[in-house]
Amino acid sequence: MKEIKPYTLAVFSENTVGIINLISIVYTRRSINIESIAASATAIPGVYKTTVLSYSDRETMEKVVSQIEKAIYVIKAYLFTDEEIVHQEVALYKVPTVKLMDEPQLEHIIRDHNARILEITHDYTVLEKTGHRDETEKLFQELKKYDIRQFVRSGRVCVTKDPVEHVNVYLTMRDKELSEKSKQ
Amino acid sequence: MEEKITGGEALMRCLENEGVEIIFGYPGGTIMPVYDKLYDHSDTLNHILTRHEQGAIHAAEGYSRATGKTGVVIATSGPGATNLVTGIADARMDSTPLVVIAGQVGTNVLGNDAFQETDFIDVTNPISKWGIQVRKAEELPDIISRAFFIANSGRPGPVIIDLPRDVQLELMVWKGYKKCEYIRTYVDRPILDIHEVALAAELLNSAERPMILAGHGITIAGAERELGEIAEKGDIPVATTLHGLSALPTNHPYHKGMLGMHGNIGANVGTNRADVILAVGLRFDDRVVGNVQKYAPDAKIIHVDIDASEIGRAVHPYLTIHADAGDVLKEMLPLIKVNSHTDWINFFSQCQRLEHEKIVAPQLDHKEEGAMKMAEVVTKVSERANADSILVTDVGQNQMSSVRYFKLDSPRSVITSGGLGTMGFGLPAAIGAKLGRPERPVCLFCGDGGFQMTEQELGTILEYNLDIKIIILNNNYLGNVKQWQKLFFNARYSQTPLVNPDFVTLAKAYGIKGEDVESRSELKGAIDRMFASPHSYLLNVNIDSEDMVFPMICPGDPIDKIMLGENEWLDLNILEL
Repeated sequence: MKEIKPYTLAVFSENTVGIINLISIVYTRRSINIESIAASATAIPGVYKTTVLSYSDRETMEKVVSQIEKAIYVIKAYLFTDEEIVHQEVALYKVPTVKLMDEPQLEHIIRDHNARILEITHDYTVLEKTGHRDETEKLFQELKKYDIRQFVRSGRVCVTKDPVEHVNVYLTMRDKELSEKSKQ
Repeated sequence: MEEKITGGEALMRCLENEGVEIIFGYPGGTIMPVYDKLYDHSDTLNHILTRHEQGAIHAAEGYSRATGKTGVVIATSGPGATNLVTGIADARMDSTPLVVIAGQVGTNVLGNDAFQETDFIDVTNPISKWGIQVRKAEELPDIISRAFFIANSGRPGPVIIDLPRDVQLELMVWKGYKKCEYIRTYVDRPILDIHEVALAAELLNSAERPMILAGHGITIAGAERELGEIAEKGDIPVATTLHGLSALPTNHPYHKGMLGMHGNIGANVGTNRADVILAVGLRFDDRVVGNVQKYAPDAKIIHVDIDASEIGRAVHPYLTIHADAGDVLKEMLPLIKVNSHTDWINFFSQCQRLEHEKIVAPQLDHKEEGAMKMAEVVTKVSERANADSILVTDVGQNQMSSVRYFKLDSPRSVITSGGLGTMGFGLPAAIGAKLGRPERPVCLFCGDGGFQMTEQELGTILEYNLDIKIIILNNNYLGNVKQWQKLFFNARYSQTPLVNPDFVTLAKAYGIKGEDVESRSELKGAIDRMFASPHSYLLNVNIDSEDMVFPMICPGDPIDKIMLGENEWLDLNILEL
């Protein structure tokens, strides 16, 4: 029996048009739902990182990795279990300000969950919480009782626990190959 | 003094700089500025006007497979582009380098469902090796050089260039052309690990029943000589995939036949008896592997592939070498010890004798008049054909019969649609092959069904006065589907009988001479007349509608469970080893 569990894929690529499509079609083809996706530029100039969370088994995910790496502008894709990374999501909650005034428990909930208040208006208050999926979910469940108006959660972002920065090492090697090639 | 030219003119210069000689294409609205510039370059760029865009792309595939060069296709946007989709998918599956240039509506209307607009890059993303839309004319030299580099390196494949109309007209400064040699995110030739090769050679040297499985990668790498030498030196039998068939000549003593569903008995049963298998440049297609749990149970498999995603995809190898097939075989040849495996080689001879007795001889030995067997027609054509002939096939029974019975002599001699199994591939691919290798005779085998999918390309043969020998194995059925209906669907022939036109008259309308071959006694004379003609010639051969292709391994069965005929199975106990 194949063990289904959450896998986080970190895809490093050029920052160019259509990258997310090239990644997502590999999931679509195998009918794997993308639980969350987050993408942005990285600390390395010109390099873009897409983080994809999905549930599957390791063998399938390894094939997904190798097919994503086939895309020409993809540098490398790395597969992680939750234990191999530090990961985080951010969630925003919009609640009526009047509830905050009328319901004293709300203050405790906000304190207990380490949530931040981002904006207060006459009508609504926006709370923010960062954490793992279960943590942001827990706060959502509690706020449901207080007439929550909007709730939104970002895709997962992650950094590795590995001391070696593999993408940097790889790119340095490729650039060295290029300079040797141009000397020839 | 700066020279300003249009994007269309720049494209022509880029193609010339890449050494392109032939373009297959079809003009239309959004690609007209390119065709206008092509008019000025017709002395260097020979444009072949097919009768349908699908014909253009299959012709480009045939050209590429016959020459090893990159096939170039130009079409207009919308329907012109979408008509290329089947060929793009085919080229991707069968590792065929193509640069496909499609017109696109102007950038000012892109995304608005303009006339003849389709989002071609997104349509082709899952089936292309790379696709890009050009947004500025000045990007063209860089993009075209990347396109050719990507298409014909690594595992070759189709590359898509989406070219909006205004970009074709935009003026740019021509600064010359530089071929692309490196893309940092793309490894075109993995660095060979010589330790892996040494380990592989050691495994082969110490094996008792070693075997080499040779795929298309051998042909792409041009490593036929090394393959033959390793086989001879190590006394190692070779079996090939459909695309690897001409990696060794058919009559080479170590060529033990074709793998897969309709492959040779020795090749398939041998795989399941071998103790070490060197698999080079093949992807373990499901039609080669059959039941994966029962595939090569005794063998340590060494898988050599340039495409990392193919390694471990279908089977789990003992040793993997992610590298170019040619690099590996060149490195391995000196490490292979002179060896002898007499009993093992004899096993293949036994299999060959058995196959001849059970399958080949009964197929070839008929005296009565009337409809013929596919095998005997292919054999007779092959006997009469020049040894240097290129075999092109369509898809189905005609394909399996012709690759089983046609004798191949030199590399790049078999052109067929393998992975995608594209009916209608044959005729245009034969046109491309002939244009690429005009000095080599081209024999095309088609079924009556597949021929009609792209028969309009007879018009291309007419226009360019090509010499292609076309043999329609006509059983008035979609024969391969019928064979499956007979074996697996209680002979319920749902939508497989065909009412066919008069193919000889049809050919005549295109100025191509042809003959109906109704009966066995007419066959030899007709073949002689076909080969005596310096022009294209069509034989419409009356095939027994009950004729089937055997041996056959049913889908999902282990590859040593072989059907020799209807309800007749190979008894493995009669093969001694």
